[in-house]
Amino acid sequence: MHKARKLEVMKRIGLKIAILAIVASAAPAWAGESAAVRNCTWCHGTSGQGFMVAPRLAGQRPQYIESQMRSFREHTRDNPFSKQYMWYAVAALSPHAARDLAIYFATIPPKAANDGDRNLAAKGKTIYLDGIPESNVVSCYACHGPNAEGVRDIPRLGGLAYFYLKGRLEQWGQGYHSGTASPMPMVASHLGPEEIEALASYLSFVK
Amino acid sequence: MRVISLRLALPTAMLALVFSAAGHAENRGAPARQGGLEAKLEYCKTCHGLSGQGYLGYFPMPRLAGQQPEYIEAQLRAFIERRRTNPIMFNVAHVLSPSMLTALAMHFRDLNPRPFGGAPRGSIATGKKIFEEGLPEANVPACSACHGTEGKGQNEIPRLAGQVYAYTVGQLRGWKQVRGQGSTVDTSAIMAPTAHNLTRSQVEAVAAYVSYLQ
Repeated sequence: MHKARKLEVMKRIGLKIAILAIVASAAPAWAGESAAVRNCTWCHGTSGQGFMVAPRLAGQRPQYIESQMRSFREHTRDNPFSKQYMWYAVAALSPHAARDLAIYFATIPPKAANDGDRNLAAKGKTIYLDGIPESNVVSCYACHGPNAEGVRDIPRLGGLAYFYLKGRLEQWGQGYHSGTASPMPMVASHLGPEEIEALASYLSFVK
Repeated sequence: MRVISLRLALPTAMLALVFSAAGHAENRGAPARQGGLEAKLEYCKTCHGLSGQGYLGYFPMPRLAGQQPEYIEAQLRAFIERRRTNPIMFNVAHVLSPSMLTALAMHFRDLNPRPFGGAPRGSIATGKKIFEEGLPEANVPACSACHGTEGKGQNEIPRLAGQVYAYTVGQLRGWKQVRGQGSTVDTSAIMAPTAHNLTRSQVEAVAAYVSYLQ
C-alpha cells in the first residue's frame, strides 16, 4: 500500500516535470512581452527588475515612469547615460504608448536589489526617516513615504540598486536634471558622500 | 629661461588642478551646512515649496507663505513640546533656536505666491457658505468670525487663504489625534468641537473654498 502510493506520487511528479519542460522550452523569459516591452527589458532586465545602470521599472509609480519618459523626450533629464540611451529610446514613443508601458511595468511586483553595504543601512535609515536637522538635510520620508514606496509621480526608492541610487543622488548634486520643478537638487546639495552611500545602502534593502 | 618657466609652469598647473578639485569637493553642500538663516530657509522651502506655497509629498506640506508669524512660532513650539504630533516636524523644530524660530516666521509672513491649487471645484459654493455663515444647526461657527473674511487669520489664528487642500482636509479630519496632545491645554482646543461637528463632505467643501482664496 505504502509502495503503491509512493509510485503514484512519483508518477504525478514525473508528469509535472514533463509539462514544465514543454512549457519552458516553448516559453522563453520574454514570452508574452510585446516588442515595445522587449525594447525596454533588453537593458532594464527580465520583468523590468533592473540591470546594471538601467534601474528597476517593476513596481515603479506609473506617473513617475511617464514623467521620466517625458523628461527624456524634453531633454531635461540630462545625465550622461540618459543622454546616451534614453533620449533616443523614447524619441519615437507616443504619449499613449509611454502610458501603456508605464502601467505595464508598474504592475510587476518589484524585487529588492539587496546590494548595498549592510553596515551602513542603519545610518541610512536614520537619515531617511529623520533627516539631519542640524545640517539642514531633509527627511526623505516626508515625500517618498514610510516604506520608500513613493506616491503619484514621486518615485518608489525601496529596493532600487545601490549603484543607481548613489549615482542619482550624486547627479542631482552635480546639477543634472535641473530643468524640472523637483526639490531634489536642493535635497542632494545638502548630502555628503558618506550620507549618500548610507542612504543608497539602506534603500537597496527596503522591500 | 624659457625652459625654467616651463618647468615651473607644469607643477603650478597641476597644483592649481588639485586645488580647484579640492575646492569643488568642499563646495558641495558647504553653504547649506552653515547654520545661517538663508540655509535654514532653503531647508524649509525644500519641503514647503520654493515660495512657501506648500507642496504635495507623500504627506501634504502646508503653505507657509503669508502665514501669521505668531501662529508659525506657536506651532513650532507645539511640535517641540509634542502637543502637536508630527515626527518629521519634531525633528525639524527641536534644533531651532528661539531667535531662528522668530526670524523664519517673519520671513514667511512677507511671501505672497499664488495658491498651490488643485482642489476639486464642485463644492466651492457650499464651502463659501460654511466659511461665511457657519452651520448653526450643527454648532459650527462661521470660519470667517475668527479667521477673517478673507481667511488671512490674525496673531495665533492661522491664515487659511491659499492653504493646500489636502493639508486642510487632513488637519480638520484628524484634529483630535494630532493637536492638543498631552496634559497642557493649548489654543488648538478651540477648534476641536468645530472640527468634530463637520462632516467629511463639509470639510472638503471648506478646504476647497479656502484653497483658492488669494
